Amino acid sequence: MRKYLKLSLFVLMAAALVSTCAIGCGGGTQEEKEAYKIGALFSTTGAQSNLGVPEENTVEMLVEKINDAGGINGHDLEVIIYNDETDSTKCATLASKLIEQDEVLAIIGPTGTGNSMAIIDTVTTAEIPLVSCAAGATIVTPVADRYWVFKTPQTDKQVVTEIYVHLQSIDISKVAIITSTSGFGQGGKTYLESEASKYGITIVDNQTFGSDDTSMVSQLTHIKGTDAQTVICWDTDKASAVVAKDMQTLQFTIPLFCSHGIANQAFIDAAGDAANGVIFPAGKLLVVDEVPATDPQKVVLTDYKDDYLAAYPNTSIDTFGGHAYDALYMVVDALEDMDEDLSLADARAAVRDNLEGITGFVGISGIFTMSAEDHLGMQPGSLALIEIVNGTWTVAQ
Amino acid sequence: MSADQFVQYLMSGLTQGSIYALIGLGFTIIYSVTQIINFAQGEFVMLGGMLSYVLAAEAGLSMPLALLIAILVAAAVGAAMYLLAIRTARRASVISLIIITIGAAIFIRGIAGNRFGVDTVSPPAFTGGGSIKFLGAYIEPQALWIIGTTFVVTILLHLFLSHTMVGKALRACAVNPKAASLVGINTKSMALIAFIIAGVIGGIGGVVVAPLAMASYGMGVMLGLKGFVAASIGGFMSPVTTVIGGVVLGIVENLAVGLNWGPFTSAYKDVIALVVLLLILMIRSGKLAAAERAG
Repeated sequence: MRKYLKLSLFVLMAAALVSTCAIGCGGGTQEEKEAYKIGALFSTTGAQSNLGVPEENTVEMLVEKINDAGGINGHDLEVIIYNDETDSTKCATLASKLIEQDEVLAIIGPTGTGNSMAIIDTVTTAEIPLVSCAAGATIVTPVADRYWVFKTPQTDKQVVTEIYVHLQSIDISKVAIITSTSGFGQGGKTYLESEASKYGITIVDNQTFGSDDTSMVSQLTHIKGTDAQTVICWDTDKASAVVAKDMQTLQFTIPLFCSHGIANQAFIDAAGDAANGVIFPAGKLLVVDEVPATDPQKVVLTDYKDDYLAAYPNTSIDTFGGHAYDALYMVVDALEDMDEDLSLADARAAVRDNLEGITGFVGISGIFTMSAEDHLGMQPGSLALIEIVNGTWTVAQ
Repeated sequence: MSADQFVQYLMSGLTQGSIYALIGLGFTIIYSVTQIINFAQGEFVMLGGMLSYVLAAEAGLSMPLALLIAILVAAAVGAAMYLLAIRTARRASVISLIIITIGAAIFIRGIAGNRFGVDTVSPPAFTGGGSIKFLGAYIEPQALWIIGTTFVVTILLHLFLSHTMVGKALRACAVNPKAASLVGINTKSMALIAFIIAGVIGGIGGVVVAPLAMASYGMGVMLGLKGFVAASIGGFMSPVTTVIGGVVLGIVENLAVGLNWGPFTSAYKDVIALVVLLLILMIRSGKLAAAERAG
């Protein structure tokens, strides 16, 4: 009797497994089309929570909007969001969970470059497309090793180029750079050094600091002793704010340029009065009101800003949520063009192929045309040079 | 390096050094009474800094009241930490107690991150106005507040330890806990008092440093480490040696950037400071050992 029970239990379980597979793998055979599942990994706590929270907010808002409008070809969109706590080990575990357990079709995120690098092997082995929301150029290069990986934010190199082109246009040739020892800061430093000569720029002083340092006065004193015509600082909001404040203390008269890492309200809040006059390149979102109506991104930017502020009152928009917007809509576009009734592996491959085929996608960070050679695909002209005036962003003159 | 630059390095070194010294004082007072290195000292500083901002900017209290409450809370946390975590484990070895302080630090930091959020905040300076020019160097008014506070706290602590009964009892515990308890000093109360003083000093450090260096829930890690180095250079001996240790550390750090000698750019700032620490420890441990044998 006991044996019989055991056997029947086994049969039941096997049946359950088969039926799950019929729903999970076959897809689309029922009357009501089943939801498309995609995964998202964001750092909503920990060091990068300033970036991860707007990303999560954006995705939650957009999923509701997409489903209210009838979903994707009649399929509801379901996004499973996990918080990686800005921890690359957690991020890798959660990526495997999304792939194996949740059986998602694609993953968007992670928030940071380090976490993105940590799961590239995982997604490549599992053959699932990833659209990263992090800046580092290495996430999508060399493209031969990044068959399954795409990203949406502009790279350090593009931002450096934007600054140098501007400096060249206003006849500034001597710069002092001050960069943090973090991964982000060193990425910027690499390109600041390698690109300078192309724009007739000499680096007359090259200082570094730790992201947690409380004073950059000594480095800046050294810079003050040189004939630098401008200072370029490379780090995220907090340490950049210290640099801005210390430059004010030392009564610098030359301007401060920063990276896109300060494209949030947190920088202005932290630096206070010293933020005024700081110039940095970033996506046009921050200055959407000043973007001309003829700009192809104008409508997308305005809608996103209005929707976001309506959904999350008492917050402010920033470009990081925009990276998630671009990543999510690219995947949605890829799903729209996908055939029905594919197996999970085929569906993932189809999403990847469609992502690579994206042409003229108008997003928040820019206009994207992907190709087999370029898994970022951001077209020139996507960055604006922004100056902080009276504590708000405005297009630099 | 021009003369103006040299003065600037000294001034910013003095400012940074005063910050390190103020934090180092907390390490010294607890160590000398209990032999525990309290790695939560940086968190007392963080509590002072974050609370002074939260109470003034968000709860709308007047600045002096906000500063006072922030300092008192840091002191209360110091007391609670001793009573709940250290005293209950008093039979454990010193090394276990030190590990407990690391746990307490992570706990306090976690609560602060949840309660205050993870943003960096910038409380207003005590006195407004731009930077002041002094002997060719620029200095923020808040930096003068920091240097002055460190000076006053050090003097008060010194007077307290050498001229009051409680202070003398604390020093007795530091010299010989067993003998101190034999003559009727309650060593447990003394340890509690040491933690409260460390909390007060940490809180004071937090409220004066935050307007200059900004505050965030994670600020205690770095500041705690620097304060620990300052106290080590000073040998965990007295308030005065700790302040000397802090100022030496601050000036060495800043001059290291200024020298910019060959490959030793600002990237090596912390390396140079730590090498100086090692050298001082090596020289002093020789001398100290000799003095202890003699004494």
